[in-house]
Amino acid sequence: MDNLSVEHLTSIKDLTRQDIELIFKTADSFKEVINRPIKKVPSLRDITIANLFFENSTRTRLSFEMAEKRLSADVVNFSAASSSVKKGETLIDTVNNILSMKVDMVVMRHPNPGAAKFLSERVDAKVVNAGDGTHEHPTQGLLDAFTIREKFGTVEGKKVVIVGDILHSRVALSNIYCLQKLGAEVMVCGPTTLIPKYIHELGVKVEHNLRTALEWCDVANMLRIQLERQDIKYFPSLREYSMQFGLTKEILDSLPNKIMVMHPGPINRGVEITSDVADSSQSVILQQVENGVAVRMAVIYLLASKIERA
Amino acid sequence: MEKQVILNTKHFELTLNRLCYQLIESHNDFSNTVLIGLQPRGVNVVARLKFQLEAILGKEVVCGNLDITFYRDDFRRRERPIIPSVTNIDFVIENKNVVLVDDVLYTGRTIRSGLDALLAFGRPKKVELLTLIDRRFRRDLPIQADYVGKAVDTLISERVSVEWKEIEGEDKIVLYTPEANG
Repeated sequence: MDNLSVEHLTSIKDLTRQDIELIFKTADSFKEVINRPIKKVPSLRDITIANLFFENSTRTRLSFEMAEKRLSADVVNFSAASSSVKKGETLIDTVNNILSMKVDMVVMRHPNPGAAKFLSERVDAKVVNAGDGTHEHPTQGLLDAFTIREKFGTVEGKKVVIVGDILHSRVALSNIYCLQKLGAEVMVCGPTTLIPKYIHELGVKVEHNLRTALEWCDVANMLRIQLERQDIKYFPSLREYSMQFGLTKEILDSLPNKIMVMHPGPINRGVEITSDVADSSQSVILQQVENGVAVRMAVIYLLASKIERA
Repeated sequence: MEKQVILNTKHFELTLNRLCYQLIESHNDFSNTVLIGLQPRGVNVVARLKFQLEAILGKEVVCGNLDITFYRDDFRRRERPIIPSVTNIDFVIENKNVVLVDDVLYTGRTIRSGLDALLAFGRPKKVELLTLIDRRFRRDLPIQADYVGKAVDTLISERVSVEWKEIEGEDKIVLYTPEANG
């Protein structure tokens, strides 16, 4: 077993534990590469990758582009804001037009859940999901688990709590699948209105008290409140949310264990996490970003090795 | 599969010893020279050379391992992706004399990738190549070794295997020839 079992990366749900471990092993090597004086390898010299972003992003988009360039792939970028999508072109038409310019792989972020899977079934290119609405964000799930593995040596048996807007979070779902496949215990914590009703069926614990959750865990992944996806009010005010579910230095210091604090970004300082926690020695937020490039390089490298040579 | 021992344990030892003295002849006390083994199998050669050189010189010889997976020219031309090994170069190669080390020199493509990978770490003063076995007249690229343990004439269908005490239980080099059909 030394190749991915999937042809596209649309969700962590489709991956096996062996796939995830293969990605991590490859990412270890790429992490070494990106710390060299010359941070570039020529592996993907003959591959062209299109980054299609139908939704805003800074980190993910930069991270993917950096990963692609460090593998020496040719990169074309596309963002919906400045394109013909506004003129009424469909997703398939847009992508097929781009593919006819001979593109081998598509990295796509889209506001609709399932968009990446839809695309992977209809176009002749490898598809990497960079976030599809509230469904999944597989590379984020991978890089979060990779960061935990780096810090603790293994993910197996670790207790991870995901705090915040679970309902609208694609990061939460990818994290749950990824961590569970690697043998970690996962808990979600947040206001009742932001926890999906049947989430316990995924085998995660549910907790509504932040302190109880933090005392249980080894790692806390603090999610952002996705106001842009909330069409109704899920809690009285941001201030009340941050009083109940915001992670402050006082809570962090009063815990029996020195837990690791993660955040997928962008941070709303003072809402889900205070500045002194985000910048503390227990926070690994910037390591997550660094690992993101290595993990994405690994995913692209492994998928590209499955592209048939002309 | 027919088996023929090219170097037995005794000659293996003598060959390594000779290579050490040849290296010392050109690099004196190794004050500005480093050995870099190509993953996966060149690393074993380097480990042994380091041990013997240090015994002879009585000082440390700087060595590293280089993985060339991402520099290979056969990416997507194989069934499966090649799983990378570890690169371990914790010194600066800028302006150093570098001796690249591998176990078998065959088509020269590995060494080509190795040179590319090496240059990502800086600009060495000089790069040389040491190989235990040179399968001569089988090169795809214009690459020759500076130090050769033993040169052998082989067919494409044959395979040369360098075996180590630490891994396979015995130091020897074996040539495998497939049985002729009919």
